[in-house]
Parts: sequence; structure tokens; C-alpha cells
Amino acid sequence: MQQHTTCPYCGVGCGVTATIEDGVMTGVEGDREHPANYGRLCVKGSALHETLGDHGRLLAPRVDGREVSWDDALASVANRLTAVRERHGGEAIAGYLSGQLLTEDYYAANKLFKGFLGSPHLDTNSRLCMASAVAGYKRAFGADAVPCNYEDLEEAELVVLVGANLAWNHPVLFQRLRTAKQRNPLLRVVVIDPRVTDTCEVADLYLPLKPGSDARLFNGLLAFQADKEKLDRVYLERHTQGFDAALAAARDEATTLAAIADDCDLDVEALETFYYWFASQLHVVTLYSQGINQSSSGTDKCNAIINCHLAGGKLGLPGAGPFSITGQPNAMGGREVGGLANQLAAHMDYHTPGAQALVTEFWHAPHLPDGPGLKAVELFKAIERGEIQALWIMATNPVVSLPDADRAKRALAKCPLVIVSECMADTDTLAYADIVLPASSWAEKDGTVTNSERRISRQRGMLPPPGEARHDWWIITQVARYLGYEEAFAYCHPRDIFVEHARLSGHANRADGVPRVFDISALAGLDRAAYDALVPIQWPVTEAAPDGTARLFEDGCFATPDGRARLVAVTPHAPRQAVSGAHPLRLNSGRVRDQWHSMTRTGRAPRLLNHRAEPYVDLHPDDAEVAGVADGGLARLYNAHGEARVRARVATAQRRGEAFMPIHWNAQFSNAGRVGTLFAAHTDPVSGQPETKHGAVALAPLAIAEEATLLVANDSGALSERESLAYWARMPLEHAERWQLASKAGASPRDWPAWCAEQFGVAATLWSEDVASGRLRAAGIRDGRLVWWLMVGPPSELPGLAWLDARFGDIALETEQRRRVLAGCASGEADTGPVVCSCHQVGATAIREAIRGGDSDVDALGARLACGTQCGSCIPELKSLLEEEVAHAGADEALETA
Amino acid sequence: MSANDEHLVIVGNGMAGHRLLERVLAHPHRPRHITILGDEPETAYNRILLSPWLAGEMEREALTLRERDWYTTHDVTLIAGERVTAIDRQARTLTTDRQRRLGYDRLVLATGSQAARPGVPGDDLDGIHTFRDLRDGERLARLADSGGHAVVLGGGLLGLEAAEGLRKRGMTVSVLHRSPHLMNRQLDATAAGMLADELRSRGLDVITGARLAHYEAGGDGRHVTGVTLEDGTTLAADGVVEAIGIVPHIALAETLGLATGRGIQVDAYLSTHDPRISALGECCEFEGTTYGLIEPIWRQAEVLAARLCGDTPEPYREQPCATKLKVSGISLYAFGPITPAPEHDVLTYHDPQHGDYRRLLLRDSRLEGAVLYGDTAAGPWYFQQSLAQRDLSACRQALLFGEHDAQPLLGEVA
Repeated sequence: MQQHTTCPYCGVGCGVTATIEDGVMTGVEGDREHPANYGRLCVKGSALHETLGDHGRLLAPRVDGREVSWDDALASVANRLTAVRERHGGEAIAGYLSGQLLTEDYYAANKLFKGFLGSPHLDTNSRLCMASAVAGYKRAFGADAVPCNYEDLEEAELVVLVGANLAWNHPVLFQRLRTAKQRNPLLRVVVIDPRVTDTCEVADLYLPLKPGSDARLFNGLLAFQADKEKLDRVYLERHTQGFDAALAAARDEATTLAAIADDCDLDVEALETFYYWFASQLHVVTLYSQGINQSSSGTDKCNAIINCHLAGGKLGLPGAGPFSITGQPNAMGGREVGGLANQLAAHMDYHTPGAQALVTEFWHAPHLPDGPGLKAVELFKAIERGEIQALWIMATNPVVSLPDADRAKRALAKCPLVIVSECMADTDTLAYADIVLPASSWAEKDGTVTNSERRISRQRGMLPPPGEARHDWWIITQVARYLGYEEAFAYCHPRDIFVEHARLSGHANRADGVPRVFDISALAGLDRAAYDALVPIQWPVTEAAPDGTARLFEDGCFATPDGRARLVAVTPHAPRQAVSGAHPLRLNSGRVRDQWHSMTRTGRAPRLLNHRAEPYVDLHPDDAEVAGVADGGLARLYNAHGEARVRARVATAQRRGEAFMPIHWNAQFSNAGRVGTLFAAHTDPVSGQPETKHGAVALAPLAIAEEATLLVANDSGALSERESLAYWARMPLEHAERWQLASKAGASPRDWPAWCAEQFGVAATLWSEDVASGRLRAAGIRDGRLVWWLMVGPPSELPGLAWLDARFGDIALETEQRRRVLAGCASGEADTGPVVCSCHQVGATAIREAIRGGDSDVDALGARLACGTQCGSCIPELKSLLEEEVAHAGADEALETA
Repeated sequence: MSANDEHLVIVGNGMAGHRLLERVLAHPHRPRHITILGDEPETAYNRILLSPWLAGEMEREALTLRERDWYTTHDVTLIAGERVTAIDRQARTLTTDRQRRLGYDRLVLATGSQAARPGVPGDDLDGIHTFRDLRDGERLARLADSGGHAVVLGGGLLGLEAAEGLRKRGMTVSVLHRSPHLMNRQLDATAAGMLADELRSRGLDVITGARLAHYEAGGDGRHVTGVTLEDGTTLAADGVVEAIGIVPHIALAETLGLATGRGIQVDAYLSTHDPRISALGECCEFEGTTYGLIEPIWRQAEVLAARLCGDTPEPYREQPCATKLKVSGISLYAFGPITPAPEHDVLTYHDPQHGDYRRLLLRDSRLEGAVLYGDTAAGPWYFQQSLAQRDLSACRQALLFGEHDAQPLLGEVA
């Protein structure tokens, strides 16, 4: 049986066709009909079915550490929330939600907290990801309304990617852009990013700007447009307000190209080229993401970008507009229902005229708060101060993802009541929960999501939740009923919630004053069958536009009281976290290609850990050298807030003086891999979004005695003795778990095999030693079955682990296999090298050989090895390998002829 | 007279003599007249297979290298079962124990070796055997058929093979070895320990560090009934096999006044100081070295065959040589020094339960020695790397796992 659903990862929101056989999802492929992806899937999406299964799932409710029935759990939640409210008022209760929730979950939660518990403090992890984009849109357009769609990328003459590593974070969109570029050679792409990322592969122009100088760059562009008379005077006059002030602010600093180039640390000619291209094209899309948003002046940066589009009339047209791409699958849905603390409901804010009365009346809400609640970072500070007595966390892992993450831990430890709805059994946050509610997960959840182009798609429940796990909307609804709000929460199905949400969006909309852009009232009449059959559709969906709306503001009318868009005067600000002699490195953070958030899902798919197996830091060679950190060695990043221990990757892709760390690793996967611990909790004054791209850290080598890699069969238990280790990182494989270990410096040399024997109860059965170079490999075999495998030495010497992993799955090792166990590969199949193509598991060694064998381009490699033919996200790496090999061959030839 | 009209006479139809004959016959300018003499009645047979034959693992016929008609077909005169008793270098003639006289133009001595004797009281008793040829094998088989207990002196290759052969034929067997570990010329202590454990698990009584004092005789004073060690231990024995080493057979050469040391001294072309007389195999000595393994002897045969056929071959050179052995089903491969020097880096692989062991000795990243026990597949590649004195630092991490793992790290396709 095949079902159409949506991918739960990034904001592209791809359609997925899942195959279910006998109650098991056996495969996924891209939904050919879905307008977001037309059949494409990235490597994460194509591994979705590999992340399923009951293993590691949370299966029963727990109250104070005891498993209880749902009735008991729900009653406990209701009783304790009531007690807090009675003693401290509704303002002492807070909710912290997630862009992973479906719109229906979000709606029910928002209604319960704001309408019935009387708490304004309902915020979401979307605060960490796109709050500045929301605030920027609202300031400019009067509404949180993304004007563009994905086709605009294909129809543009110029696409500017700023602070968006599309190749890794929105791979399918990246593929669409690449294809568009192949079809239209006139389409130019500019990539603006401090890091040389794989996205640069499509760049006609790359600007490695200094982190934090974006507002200066776009202010300069505004001035350039004015200086070169490239303004759309008519558009500015008819449809905007604030241009003069914005231009004056832009000209507040020197606007010579040389001065701007100097401030942004850019080549002046490259800068001029970008400005010239932007100013002279009408069909320009500027696509921005976390690189813009995660800043203490992120909202201003968004507006600096939007200013340039408004000034050139590059908006409301096919192939034009300022386009914020969200990180999460349903960040947009959360925004639509009002799931941010500064929002009320349905794109209405507290200060929206008439909104409080309208919502109160619509919900029959007894306790609507008077004004906005605390945004995520402030919320956790308030918890630490004791102002919040109860916190309900749903589907997110704040002790990993918040800045100053150790502080978030302290806050949770102090909070008298922590309720966590979660689908996985082991997350860092669960350790702080008083009440644990097992939630359903992707493939089980049923409802809708909205992607970055305002497209609402159905996510369909295809499998029953395991154990006692329940849907989030159901849990919220039940708690509401226990609290006595049966009538307001009479939902029996997500459809019931969705139609209410649709009704509210149209309720008293356009009645008077400013119409609300978010209006899906034409969907309010969906019955179950129509809801189930809902095809992807872009809001607004109204009587006037029953098939949805591809593009906003085409008529130049905006959602402001006077209908005009606002240009915002922007004064650039440096990041709040200042680098110094003690903390000289600027710390950037972001995603890696094959992981998602705190890895609770992607960490279950072994092949997704091939790409980047350990927490790491990217460093420039000069910085690494100054600090004495070796490529592939272990490093410490630290400041007053915290410390991270990670693997160093040294390359010139990183600017000098800057470091990059991925956001994914947490205490389940490594001892000190949380980048969040290193960021100060500075936020944007408008959006409340934290500054998690601009940390200031010191770098040092991690002092260790020895490094080791340990593989342990899945049924042999976890490594319990971790105290004596300076570093550990855990990576699940299919049949085993891989542990990357380093012992503390100064400790006496460890008898590793004896240590393993003690941990797992099986002595070393075979071992190999090279004492002089400090290398050792050993394995413990019990009754012919591999129990553990150890290599002492640098992990660069590891074989590809697929073969070994398969041996852990063997019931009994055959002689030939046993003889190959320490080598870690079958004879004649020497190490394949690091995996480049995750989809087809093709390693660098095979690719290099194919190149030497005459394959001279990506297509030829794909034809021979299948690498790069599925998700395509490794194509940039394939190209680098091709270039390297060609360079080598050139050098060899030079030698031969010399 | 051109070379191929000369009469070539080879004294000795053992492994070396026969190999030489084969190589000469393969040459386009072989001497027209060739005679080969052997003191055993058979045509040439493969001595290496005596052990498996004794152990009952193969038929007697399988040992035969060539049947009689082969000699006829190739126009070679085979004189089997006659011993050469005298040679007249001036007259270029030789005489056999059957008073046969033969003239020669070129003479090759391939007289092999004999078993070394312990030289202790009682070593002339009946029931004390050696294990060199088919006759010995037949005697040991008869001994085994009568059952009882055998004592084998010598825990080298031959002694262990004999012991295993006797054990498999139904005897209980003790192996006495002088050194603290078995096969001490080929194996390090770990491999030797594994070998001893394996043999003991099969039922052999292996006693190392055992020094023989004397033999015990029975009531009749003629037949051996036991051995006594220097520490006073006495072991009963229905028969004894001496396998403590070999001594080159040089008695005939000595009567000719040819230069001898431990063996018949030869130059790099295998010539004795009489240019018409050559020697090869276990009876010869080159630059102070005598021989017991097959590999250098095969190379000697190449050089000598070429010279006897009129070519000017590359001189024979002593080369490092790997020991490749199969002791009673256990594979061994070794070369280079057995005891590591202080400057050696030692790399080891152990799987004692499974009976696999490897030890490599590296000096300045170059392989100098290896001991492989059990899984010996990588042995030849290690040996090549050692001969090439190759810098293996690039593949050191994978070196213990063999060619396919190491080669790619050296930048080569395996």
C-alpha cells in the first residue's frame, strides 16, 4: 500500500510516498505530484523508513519516575497545573513547543494555554530559527507573510543566497536551483556566507563576508541602488513608506564600495559585481535563512534585505522577492496558529485592534492574557528566577538547542513541575521531567504542516503509535478535558481542529480595519473525506482564491493600516558576543547535511552518521596551528558559558578567526558536543531570537592519553564506565554501537582489552599489537559471536565499518570472517574510505579509483558507481574529488616530463 | 668435443639429484649421455611426502616422482640400488658396490645427508631408528603396527612429523626436545607454545628442555626399552626415532681429497675444486652454509643445470629464504631473525583459540622477519616486501592484515 505524506525534516516540506507492507514501512520515495519536490528526496528524507521502529521509543506515561496509566498521567498533569495556577496564577505556567508539531497540535496547545490556562508564555523552538524573519516581514508587510514560492527561484534572473547553506540544509531546493541553472544559463547565483559551503558549487559569485556584517552589506546595496539610480521610484511612491529614512540610515556610514568592502571584509570588485547584478535585474530572489536570523540584530538584517527589494520593486512578481526559508517542517504552521509568545492566534497579535475580543469570543475563552508572554530565551531565564512554576515541553530538546544550554539545564532542574511530551526514550531533556508523556511520531501523526512557501500539506498517519504513545493533539485535548474544558476541546479527530483553525482565520477577517493575510476560511468546510484527500495548497485559501495563492502582494497592497509596505531604517550592529584576546574565535553554528536537530530521529539511521560521525569543529589552518590543534585531532572550545570537546576538521573553507560547529550533538551522543553551551543568551530586541551564529570562544587541543574506537553489539549493553574518558561520542550502527573514545591525559596507560572485558564480560579473544606505535586492536567473541571490537589509535585508521557491523549481526563467525575481524573488512575489499555518497554507500577510495580509471565528470561516476544519482547532495564532494585527482594527475605528469 | 656429447653422471637420486636431472633434461643442450645413480632401489621419490605417508594420509605410489620408463624415454640411464664406493678423478671413473665401473666427463655429487646421532651410551641398540628414507619409513610403520610407546628425539619439523605419523598409526608418543621450545630455528616462543599446545591436545606428549643422558636396554641387552634424561627421568620406549638434525654425506668426497668442511665445499657455480666434479644439495657447503630446506637447493639445481648444458649462468648466491612448512596440518611460515633485536619494532596478531598467530619484525619501517602460524596466506607477500627492503610506514596500520589491506595504503591496487 502506498500513502502520500510529507517529510518531517526541513522547511522545504517535500511530499513523500511511503510503501507500507504488513504494517511495516518498507520504503519511501519522493512524491512525484508534490509541488515542493516533484519526486525528489534528499538523503535524510530517503532514509525516513530506516529511522522507524519501537527501539528507543517512549512507550508509557511516567509520573515522578513511575509508569502509570494514561488516566493517572492526565489527571496528574491537570491537578498539578491547577495547583500551580491556583497558587501562582496562569502566568506561572509556560509551554515550550516545536516546529516538529503538526498545525493541529499547535492549535490545540495555543488554545489551551492562552485561552484557558490564561498563560501568555507559550513559545516554541521556532524562536531559535526564524523569529527574526517573522518580525522582519511583520515590520515591512504588516504580516508574517512570505511573498514568494519555490518556482520564483526557477524564474529569477538572479538568486542571492545569504546565510543559507541550501546544499546541506534544504537539499531539494538546492537541486531545484541547480536544475534551473542548467536550464537557464542566464540565471546567476550569488552565495553570501562566511564559510565556503557546498552551496558555493552553484555560485557565479561568492562573497565570504565577515560574520555579522550583513546589514552593512545590504544597507550599502540600498545606497548603491540610489546612487546608480536603480530605484523603482514609482513603486516606492505608490506602495511604500519610509524610504528616505531607510536610505538616510544606510548612508549614515561611508557608502563608498571600498569602505563597505572593508567593513564586510570583501573584495571590492566582487562586492561591486554583486551590487551591480542586484541593482540591474528586476527578477531577483534573495533567499535567507538562519545566517541572517540567528543574530542579535536579525530583524534589522531581514529588513535591510527587504528594503533593497522594495526599493527596486523586486517583489510581488514571478522570480522576485525576499524569501525566508525556515528550518523546521512546520515552523510556518506554528506561526499560523499563533504559537509564538508574542502572538495571540491566527496571525493576530495582542495589539492587533479587536483581536483579544475576537479570540475570546471565538474560543469562549475564560482567561485570555492581556499581552505577550516570554520568548524562549527569556522564558528559561524566568524559569531560573523561579517566576515560572510549571513548564510543558512538547517535541523539543531545549537543553541541547538553547543558547547557554547549561543554564537551560539549571533552569529545568529548578522548575517545580516539568512535563515533557516526547516520542524518544532517551533525550537530554527527559532527565528533568516530572511527568513524561509518550507521544506519537512521524508515520503515526495525522494532520497538516505548512512549508516555507505557505503550502499546507497533509501529513498522514500510516502506522499505529507503539505502546501507549498518543498523538499530541489528543494529549492536549485530554488534559483540557480533565481541566474541565470539555466543550471547547470536543475534538475527536485532527480534522475537527483544522476546520476550527480555518474558521478562526476567516473569522471577522476583512470585517473592518486591516485584513489578515493568513486566511484559509475556504477550507473550513472540509469534511473527514475532504480533509483526508486534501492536496497541497498555498494560503491564503479564500472564497476569492479557492485554489490557494501562489504569490503575495502582487497588487502592491500590504497588510499595514495604510496598505503600504515599510522600509525600515537599519543601523548595523556588531554581534553582542565580542571576540577578545581570551576568546579570539568567532563561533558559528549550523546543521550538517545528514543530521536533523538533536539527532533523536536521524541518529537512528546508521547511514546518516557516515557523513559526519562525530561532533566536530571546522577550523582555518592558521587558527588550528596557532592553537596547536591537528586536523583530525580532538579539540576543546571554551568560554565562560561552557565547553565543547569535538573533532577538529581543518580546511581553508573556514575563514581565519572563525570556527563552525554543528548543532546536533547532545549528551546522548557525546560527552561535550553541545554547541549551545558556548553561546551567550543574547537575543534580538525585536524578535527575541538568540545570537547563535556569533559566539566567542577559545580553542585548545584536548589533552588526552590515547584514542580508541569501540564497537559493541547492540544487545551487549551500553558503555557504562565513561568517567575516566576525556571524550566520548556514540554512533549507532545497524547491529552495533560505535563509541569513539579518548582517555584522559596523565592517566596511566590503560589496558584497553582488559577494560573492555570488564565492561562487557568477555575477554579479548583476538588481538593485534604494534607497541612501538601505540596501536592495538582486539575483539571479544563469545560462542562464535562478536561482542566487542576495539581499535586503539587514531580514528583515521579505521576501516569502513559496514563489514564489521554486519559481523555483529552474524550468529557465528566463519573462519575466514574471524580472521578478518581485526582488519575490519573482507579480504580483497580493503577500506572503501570515508563514505561520500550516503544513499548508495560509495566511499572515496572507489570514487578516486574510478576517476583514475577515466571517469572525468559526475555523470560518469554516477553511471559507474551510482554515487550522486539519488539525492545529489554529495555532488559537490564528487566535484572536489574530481578536481583533486585531476590536480594530482597533473602533478604526476609534470614529474614524468621533468 | 661439444658439451652435449659429454657423459654426465649424477651420484644421488634424492631430491637434489633428481631436480638437477629434470632441469638438465629441460635444457635444449642437454648432455647426450646421462647416468644417475641412487643407492635406494626405487626410482626417484618425494622425500617430503614421507611424513604424510607414514601418517597414513597417502598411498606409497603417490611418492613416486618418475617411473622407470620415463628414464628410458628421456635417454637417461638409471642405476638404482647401487652405492658408489670409489671414484678415480684422474681416470674419471667410478665404481659401485656391485663393481660396476663407469666413466664420466662431468660428475655431480648429490649424496645428501644422514641423520645426526646423539652420541650417548646405548645408541647402537636395536629399535633406534632414523627417518630419512623409505626404508626408515617402512621400519617406523612396522614399529607402529606393533603398538606401544615411542619416543621421538627432536622437536624439529622431522621429529614432529614422525611423532604425529606414529601417533596416527596408533602409538602413544613422547617428543623430547632439547630447546625450551619446539622448532626453535623457525618459531618464536609464542608460536612454538601454540604448536606444543595443539600437539598436546591431539595426544602427543611434548617435553621441551629435555636433555638425553642414555638409552635403556632390555633384558637381552640388545633392544632399546627406554630413554633416560639428564635430570634422571626415564621414559619407557618400544622404539625410538632420532630426529635431532642432519649431517652432510661427505665420506665419498673426502676419499677423493676434495675440499670439505661440514659439507663438500663448492663455488658459486657449484663446482668443487676439481672442475669436473660438482656438488649440490644437502651434501654441499657454500660460503660456510649447509642446506636442509628445498628452496636454495632448487636454485642450486638451476645454476648447475645451466652450467652443465654449456651456459654461463648467474652465479648462485645465498639468499634470504622463507621457511614454509606444514606440520601435521598446521601451517607455518617464517623468515628472518627469530629473536627480536632491541631496535626491532614488533607487530603481533593473536587468536589463540583459533590457532592463528603472526609476528613481524620491522627495522626502520622495513620488514626483516616474520613468523606466521595458522593463517599463513600473507607470508609470501611479507617475504617479498622483506626482500625488496621496502619502506612500509605508509601501510603499517594494516600490515598485520596482509597484502590486500596494506597495498592500497602504499598507493597500489592490490
